[in-house]
Amino acid sequence: MATGEHARELRSPRALVWQRRRDTAVAHWATFRRNPQGMVGLAVLTFFVLVAVIGPLFIDPASIEPATADGPLLAPPSLEYPMGTDNYGRSVLLLMVQGARISLLVGFTAAFGTMLIGSSIGITAGYFGGTRVDSMLNGVTNWFLVLPWIALAIALTSVIGPTLVNVIIVIAITSWASTARVVRSQALSVKERPFIERSRALGAGHLHLITRHVLPSVFPILFANAVLMIALAILSETTLSILGLGPANAISWGRIIDDSFSAGALSAGWWWWLIPPGVAIMFVTLSFTMVGFALDEVLSPRLRTR
Amino acid sequence: MGARRYVFRKVIQAIATLAFVLTFNFFLFRVLPGDPVGLLARSQRLSEADVAALQEQLGLDQPLGSQYVTYVRETLTGNLGVSLRTAREVTSTIWSRVWPTVLLVGLGTLLSTVIGIWIGIKGGWRRGSAFDTTTLYGSLALYSIPEGWLGMLLLLVLSGMLGLFPAGGYESGGETGVARLVDVLNHLFLPLLTLTLGYLGQYAIIMRSSMIDVTHEDFVMSARAKGVPEYQVRRRHVVPNAFLPTFTLIFLNFGFVLGGAIVVEAVFSWPGLGLLTYEAINQLDYPVIQGVFLLSSAAVIAFNLAADITYGYLDPRVREA
Repeated sequence: MATGEHARELRSPRALVWQRRRDTAVAHWATFRRNPQGMVGLAVLTFFVLVAVIGPLFIDPASIEPATADGPLLAPPSLEYPMGTDNYGRSVLLLMVQGARISLLVGFTAAFGTMLIGSSIGITAGYFGGTRVDSMLNGVTNWFLVLPWIALAIALTSVIGPTLVNVIIVIAITSWASTARVVRSQALSVKERPFIERSRALGAGHLHLITRHVLPSVFPILFANAVLMIALAILSETTLSILGLGPANAISWGRIIDDSFSAGALSAGWWWWLIPPGVAIMFVTLSFTMVGFALDEVLSPRLRTR
Repeated sequence: MGARRYVFRKVIQAIATLAFVLTFNFFLFRVLPGDPVGLLARSQRLSEADVAALQEQLGLDQPLGSQYVTYVRETLTGNLGVSLRTAREVTSTIWSRVWPTVLLVGLGTLLSTVIGIWIGIKGGWRRGSAFDTTTLYGSLALYSIPEGWLGMLLLLVLSGMLGLFPAGGYESGGETGVARLVDVLNHLFLPLLTLTLGYLGQYAIIMRSSMIDVTHEDFVMSARAKGVPEYQVRRRHVVPNAFLPTFTLIFLNFGFVLGGAIVVEAVFSWPGLGLLTYEAINQLDYPVIQGVFLLSSAAVIAFNLAADITYGYLDPRVREA
């Protein structure tokens, strides 16, 4: 690392901190780039994210509306319809492009919600480790860890109704516990480090210590965890969709699977309708998982030396 | 901490969790904005009088406090209410569906753990070998496939196109004795395969990384240094220690396998709790959904308790924590 050679201008302590963080990020990126799985995963994800962001702009909304779609019904793949059509005459390829946007949206936002709940509870519990606050929060975390997520998700969704927003909320509520546990154990060890004591001696309060010292130390682990959570959220959405509890007002990959299943694609052999969404989900979750593992390896040097 | 105190503490924790689930279940269907009866009324076009009657039948016209007391008392005595669709008691409805799920989840857990752990041991011990690389990517791919879709894919190919297996259900009916057993196994094969494939990957991955962790421990080096043969190092020193984290995961994962079974059952029309849940979701049969939620939570809590206690005996260090 060439950071030591920089003649740093000491504009402010904050600037120094940010300079250091930038250097770390650059170093981490260099390590990440040497990880083939991580890079392959990242490439696949970039492709799908681009499809999800740009693709729907080129789709005429009328062509994926059941009422206005004008393709042949249940046609196998052809030049005009590379992935065939569904029972409303919609192009499965267009549905897949639209589905990419919804599925990734659910993945990212649900994972963000998971991180928000999991990290605030985990950090608070860890920071106040050993106190009554900790044992209370830890108790709640253990409850949610133990509850079978799918049963909880089914119960919640069937009550509040399967809309896009509700499905995202339900996934976040049912999956934050493992994040909280990881973050808590990390925060527990961070708060014992000397720099925390030094900062406290200088008069730092709880809020300052948590946001300025504990959170940044926990952040790398949180980041790797978040990437894995996106994969999990996409899988969860698919599961809910197959059970008929997917977002009723949006086309996701899970929804396409459910539609084809309900229409009888299995017995009728409409493979072009059933297979693409599952394969896409597999590629995306696999890529997120590989990127997550690679990040884990980059961010926790213990794994790297082997 | 003594063994007895450890067990005692774990039992208290399990009871507290169960109490939480009970309370959560109560408030979920009464306090959340969804209002089950309202939803039902809209989907069924019930009249005002019907709604009032339904609310009275479910006890929803009582004050919340007394509703809660009644609810806890009834639940603890095994009364989970009456299905809104079939008018049968939820408890007996659930019991009649338990066996197929126990069969599927039990065998699925057994097969996926045994095969997954075997792969993990073999791959982790020879890290980077062809076997290890292949199975690692295979496991990751299996982990990334939604179980429900995997089941549909198997149905599409093996049942729909090749006609090798029945398209779903528990049995064809009309068979007795050995012929019936064969028939049930024939129906069981695909759902079981789906569930096994869906969970085997995770066990393989965790066992593998745990093997790698333990291989780098000092005691493994000293075992080698004193001349213990390699297969003995693996069997006596590495595997038992690597097994501990996997062991916890198997039990922690029980809830996930149960969840996976719900989807798999829905896909294969396997008449267990999962299919019951699936039907209840589609018919907005809330008492049944609640009942299944309660029962599956209780089962998972019991399993975790069993895991904690067993773990305490296997690894006395955790009793200190």
